[in-house]
Amino acid sequence: MSDPPDRQFGFETRMLHAGHVPDALTGARAVPIYQTTSYVFDDADTAAQLFELKQYGNIYTRIGNPTTAVLEERLASLENATGAVAVASGMAAQFVALMTLLSPGDEIVASSHLYGGTVTQLTHTFRKLSVSVQFVDPTRLDHWEQAITPRTRALYGETVGNPRGSILDLEPLAALAQRHRIPLIVDNTFATPYLCRPMDWGATIVVHSATKFIGGHGNSIGGAVLESGRFDYSHVPAIADPSPSYHGLRFFDTFGHYGFLMKVRAETVRDTGACLSPTNAFLLLQGLETLSLRMERHAANALAVARFLRDHPRVAWVAYAGLEDHPEHALARKYLGGRPGAVFSFGLETANGDGRAAGRRFIDALQLFSHLANVGDARSLVIHPASTTHQQLSEDELTRGGVAPELIRLSVGLETLEDLLWDLDQALHATFA
Amino acid sequence: MNTTLTDEQRRRYQDPAVIRRLLSTARTVAIVGMSADPQKASAFVASYLQHEGYRVIPVNPRGGRVLGETIYPDLASIPVPVDIVDVFRPPAEAPGFARQAVAIGAKAFWLQLRIVNFEAAELAAAAGLDVVMDRCVKMEHGRFDGTLHWGGMNTEIISARKAAMPGRR
Repeated sequence: MSDPPDRQFGFETRMLHAGHVPDALTGARAVPIYQTTSYVFDDADTAAQLFELKQYGNIYTRIGNPTTAVLEERLASLENATGAVAVASGMAAQFVALMTLLSPGDEIVASSHLYGGTVTQLTHTFRKLSVSVQFVDPTRLDHWEQAITPRTRALYGETVGNPRGSILDLEPLAALAQRHRIPLIVDNTFATPYLCRPMDWGATIVVHSATKFIGGHGNSIGGAVLESGRFDYSHVPAIADPSPSYHGLRFFDTFGHYGFLMKVRAETVRDTGACLSPTNAFLLLQGLETLSLRMERHAANALAVARFLRDHPRVAWVAYAGLEDHPEHALARKYLGGRPGAVFSFGLETANGDGRAAGRRFIDALQLFSHLANVGDARSLVIHPASTTHQQLSEDELTRGGVAPELIRLSVGLETLEDLLWDLDQALHATFA
Repeated sequence: MNTTLTDEQRRRYQDPAVIRRLLSTARTVAIVGMSADPQKASAFVASYLQHEGYRVIPVNPRGGRVLGETIYPDLASIPVPVDIVDVFRPPAEAPGFARQAVAIGAKAFWLQLRIVNFEAAELAAAAGLDVVMDRCVKMEHGRFDGTLHWGGMNTEIISARKAAMPGRR
C-alpha cells in the first residue's frame, strides 16, 4: 500500500470519498448497507477488549455500524471535526450532546431564536433532569455573558435561527465561551458544512438534523453530534471524572481529544438507544454526496425568491439575511459567504385585517410548495409556524422567538425558479382577491 | 489534526509515511511510564498493542508484572532489542528517555499525545532514530488499520483505491 500524500483534499472530494475506502474483499464502490444488528467476535479475548473500549471495533448497531461510520467520518471531515456520532434524529443529537455534558443542577444558556422543538426539549424535558436553561437575545453578547453562572456548562445556538433566519455571531460568542471555559454548541442544520463550518470560528460541538439538507430528499430522519477535539474538558466533571458505568474510566484523561465523543457513543447513545438505522445512514450519505451542488442552487433560488417577495406589494417584510438590507447581512457575508441557506420567513401584509387568516389562505392557494412540517427537502416547502411547529409555545415565548402570527416559513427547493415565483405570485393574488 | 505542532514541525515529527513504516515493521514496543491503573491511557495503549500482535515491554521504576510481562525499571534493563520507545511521562523527562533510547539502540523514539519536547526529539533524531511526537500510537495504528474509522473518527484518509487485504500481524 502506498502512503497517503500529504494533501488537503477539497470539500467536494471529501463529500464523495471521506470515510469510505472500497473494501478489500469486494471492492464495492457504493457504500455497502450493513443491515445487521450485531457482529461476530474474533474470539473471547477480543470480545472482552471491545467491551472494555480497549480495541476499536463493532459490537452492536445501537453503538456503532460500518455504514453509519461512513456517514460519521464524512460529516466529521466536512465540518473539520475530530469525529462524529450519528443518531436517530436532530433532536436526539442535541439531547445526547447535552446529556453527555450535563449533571443535575447544571445550567445552559441558549439563544431564544431556536427551533420550537428545541425550546421545548431544553425547557421542559431537561427540567425533569434538574437542568435549567436561560434564553437570551442572541444578538446581544452582553446578555449571553450576564446569563453565565458558575453552573453554566454550555452555550447553545443555531447558525441560522429557525424560523426568522437570524445569524449567530459565532466568533465573539466562541471567544466568550472560551473565556468561561465552556463549550459553544452550534446547531448547523440550516447552513450545512458547505455554507458554514462553526468549528472554524471556535465552536466546540456541532449538532445536525441530517434529515434536512444533508439528506436533502425528505426520505430519512437522522442526526449527528460532532466535536472539534480542541476543548480542554479536564475541569468538566461529566467528561473528566471517573465514570461509574466504566470501572472508573476517565474519558478525557484516557481518550484525549476523542474523550467527549467516546463518552457520547459508549455511554449516552448506548443507554438512550437513539441509534440511526444503517439504511437511513445510506440514504443520508446519498444526499451528502451532492450537498455542494444542491446548496448552491438552494441558496440561489432562495435569494431570488426573497427578492421577489421583498418587492411584492402584498408582502410586509422578508427576513432573509441574504438580502442586502437585512440587519444581519454583514454576519451572513462573514460566516456564510452571503448565502444563509434556503429557509427563511416572510410576513403577509396585515393592513386590512388578520395576518393569521391571510397566512392560512395563502398556504391553501399554493400549488407547488408543499405544506408540511419539514425543511431542507429538494422540493419547496411551506409552513405556518404559529399554528404548527411552534404551537406549544406561549404567546410570550413566540414573541421572544420572533415568531409573528402572520409569519410564513419557506424552504426553497430546487424547482425551476420561474415556476416558484409563479406559484408565490398566484397564491398572493388569491389570498388578497 | 489535534496537535500543537506547526505544519513544518508536523512534517518532521508526524510524517504519516514514517508512522506507517514504524507500525508495520516494529515488533517490540517499550511503554515508558506504564501505569498500574488498567484504566489509564498507557494501559489502554499497551493492551491494544499486545492484542494487535506486538511484544509490549512495560517500563516503570516500581517494577512488578502487568499484561503477562515483567515491568523493567528503566530502558537499559530490558534484555531484548526494542523497536519503539513509547513515552507516557511529562515532557521535561523526555530528554533523559531519549538518551536511554539511543543507548539501547532503539529504532524509534515516540512521545505520546500532548507530550512535546524538541530537545528530546532532536537528540534521538541526531542518533538516527525515527521520531514521532504528540501522537498516540494506538490512535495512529487504528487510523491506518481502518478500525479507528469504525468509531466515527476523522482519520483524514482519502482513497478511491481498493483497500489492502487486512492481515493480522
